[in-house]
Amino acid sequence: MPSPLLLADIWYAILGLFLALYVVLDGFTLGVGILSLFTRDESRRNTLMASLSSVWDANETWLVVFGGALFGAFPAMYGVVLHSLYIPVTVMLLALIFRGVAFEYHAKSGTQRFWRAGFGIGSLLATVAQGYALGALLGGLTVLNGVFMGSVWQWFSPFASLAALGVVFGYALLGATYLVIKTDGALQAQSRKFARYFGWLTMAVGGMISVWTPLRFDYVFTRWFSWPETLYFAPLPAAAVACFVLLLHALRREHEYRPFLWSVGIFLTSFGGLAVTLYPYLIPNTLNIHAAAAPPATLTFMLVGIGTLIPVMLTYNAYQYRVFRGKVSTQSHDKTSALPKGGTGPDY
Amino acid sequence: MDVLSDAVFLSRLQFAVTTMLHIVWPIFSIGLSLFLVVLELLWLKTGDDDWYRHARFWARLFLLNFGVGVVTGLPLEFEFGTNWATFSSSVGSFFGNILGFEGAMAFMLEAGFLGIMAFGWQRVSRSMHLFSTVMVAFGASLSAFWIMSANAWMQTPAGGVMRAGKFELTSYSAAIFNPNMPWAVSHMWVACVETSAFVIGGISAWYLLRGVHSAFFLKSFRLAFIATLVLAPLQIFLGDGSGQNVFEHQPVKGAALEGHWETNRPPQGAAWALLAWPDKQAQRNRWSLEVPDVLSLLATHSRDGVVRGLRDFPLQDQPPALPLLFYAFRLMVLIGFWLLFLGAWTAWVSRGGGLQPANMRTQRRLLQCWVATIPLGYIAAEAGWVVREVGRQPWIVYGLLRTREQASALPAGVVLSSLIAYTLVYLLLALAFIVFARQILFAGPDMGLVPTAKNAIHSP
Repeated sequence: MPSPLLLADIWYAILGLFLALYVVLDGFTLGVGILSLFTRDESRRNTLMASLSSVWDANETWLVVFGGALFGAFPAMYGVVLHSLYIPVTVMLLALIFRGVAFEYHAKSGTQRFWRAGFGIGSLLATVAQGYALGALLGGLTVLNGVFMGSVWQWFSPFASLAALGVVFGYALLGATYLVIKTDGALQAQSRKFARYFGWLTMAVGGMISVWTPLRFDYVFTRWFSWPETLYFAPLPAAAVACFVLLLHALRREHEYRPFLWSVGIFLTSFGGLAVTLYPYLIPNTLNIHAAAAPPATLTFMLVGIGTLIPVMLTYNAYQYRVFRGKVSTQSHDKTSALPKGGTGPDY
Repeated sequence: MDVLSDAVFLSRLQFAVTTMLHIVWPIFSIGLSLFLVVLELLWLKTGDDDWYRHARFWARLFLLNFGVGVVTGLPLEFEFGTNWATFSSSVGSFFGNILGFEGAMAFMLEAGFLGIMAFGWQRVSRSMHLFSTVMVAFGASLSAFWIMSANAWMQTPAGGVMRAGKFELTSYSAAIFNPNMPWAVSHMWVACVETSAFVIGGISAWYLLRGVHSAFFLKSFRLAFIATLVLAPLQIFLGDGSGQNVFEHQPVKGAALEGHWETNRPPQGAAWALLAWPDKQAQRNRWSLEVPDVLSLLATHSRDGVVRGLRDFPLQDQPPALPLLFYAFRLMVLIGFWLLFLGAWTAWVSRGGGLQPANMRTQRRLLQCWVATIPLGYIAAEAGWVVREVGRQPWIVYGLLRTREQASALPAGVVLSSLIAYTLVYLLLALAFIVFARQILFAGPDMGLVPTAKNAIHSP
């Protein structure tokens, strides 16, 4: 059996993978939702939702997988983190409800506007809540003997607000570049424009956070500005900037897939930066993953049960994307609605 | 009021409300997904396009139901952490592990093939579509297996010991296959399928009563009714087994839900209270209507088997809300027998080929009973969950951890706010579902639907 420390590290990496998958996949889903708030045109909103109808559920499910794996692998962290983030987590869950049911409910005549607004606002609120959660974790939470002892409002701070803003911009960027792939014509042109705006905004907030965190939090400063760590970590921000430059270039050249890939690149490099900043903690200087890990027997059993499924899960998720590849056409809303319109069943 | 400032009670209430308003969706998803597999198989086997139209029609209801199930289920997983942080860190190394399995094995399987099942009719081959439907159904049932195994472990914890406040696992197989697990999984899974069969049968009966698409819906009515002939008796058998399992492993719960106070001494059998009003403070039933020896028969299958009474247990180990437990249990059993009766009645009517489109309209009373029975399976399942969860109190993990000591320390006002928010949102979803489902039902099946020709599958 591998050593307990190694097992904890492996699970830290697996959880990082699940979270990264969630952030990218539900990130673009939520991002499309945020962008839907910018259009007044109901048929355009329909198209935006239709571009997600076959994949949103699988994308959200990565959060379920991440949650379950965190619960099993680091039970002490699971309790502390969710307890300390009670309000943002609850808001996120309620917001995800409105985002999710909108896909089935929005075709109902009479209340269409309500559910479509719920889709947009739900997406925005869920994103803001996730941003606050991230900001609160980076900023640190009061934990004593494995129990959260801080105020129920501790997650709220100017720094966390900036993080929330950054996540909103970042998801909107992912959503816009996803729409570049899935749409054509005027909608695609508009998505390119949004991608450019939100690209700049994401980088601006990302830059502010990168400057603020080492100044504000000692642990970040120590991690990034001690020799030779600086040397090892320097490629990450450099790669993020490179991805951004390539993103702008790809948008100018009107490439279809590349803007999305470069946006994902920005996300993954930022994500990697966060991971190396926090390791081996999840909440800085409180819960060490090696101390919070489940016993080695559990981690090994989970590695067999879940670890081996990772390639399988990725395969059928990829297959589903392959089946539904291509542009979403304007009439495809009718095809993807679960509800009949005007008394006749949809012939999809 | 006192309870409004009791954060632990509010957390319990929130879990109860969200679970009870969530469970209705997976019940139908599990049953209906299996029905969709059957319909698709029948279509492919017989070539009768009516089965295809059935599959498409019920799939609309499935999607509507499934969507609500997904979004209402997500908070449950996270509530373990937000409201029960101590519980999470005490037992997470097993309990959380099982939830992780549920997510990675079951939910991802469902989600990974749902899109293809729902929207892929023209994009994949018939066999690939069937495969996707089977995977969705398999994923749904697999999630029931894992979650019931985890819940059964809370009833009859096994496979490890508590050390310094943490559950230390010694045997995975003993923990997963804990004493309550086989009964919990089978009883709940059959509850899902049986409830769904009566919903499908009830909706079909509604069309038959209205005389709309009679021949078409007689097909689904027959399927549902035949399924109930197996499921209803099976469920009563499983219920009986579950009951014995409770008396063997959670005697205080068994005594509580039967209002049984005094341990009997053989050769005297334990009397069974048909009706009673248990009073925890007085430690007796205020009144009761009893039948001698029957409780011994029910609990031990012997006339004079020893059944321990509630007074054998310290007051702090007795469950709360005894009348609620007592009557929730009886309601569940009553519905179980009604479902058996309804199936038998339909079998009597249909003997000798009596179920024909022409004579269905003479069977109005029978069909009306089927329509009225649509909610009953759900009610029985909810009652069963009350019996199961309230009956486990005051323990969160029976005999190991007390509920009150495992909650997150939270301000009562915050929990009250989230409780109100969840309740309103979940009720809104249920209300909207009813309105939209009604719309689907009134629109009816699309009889003009023709399956995509085998060679016309296109990929963009």
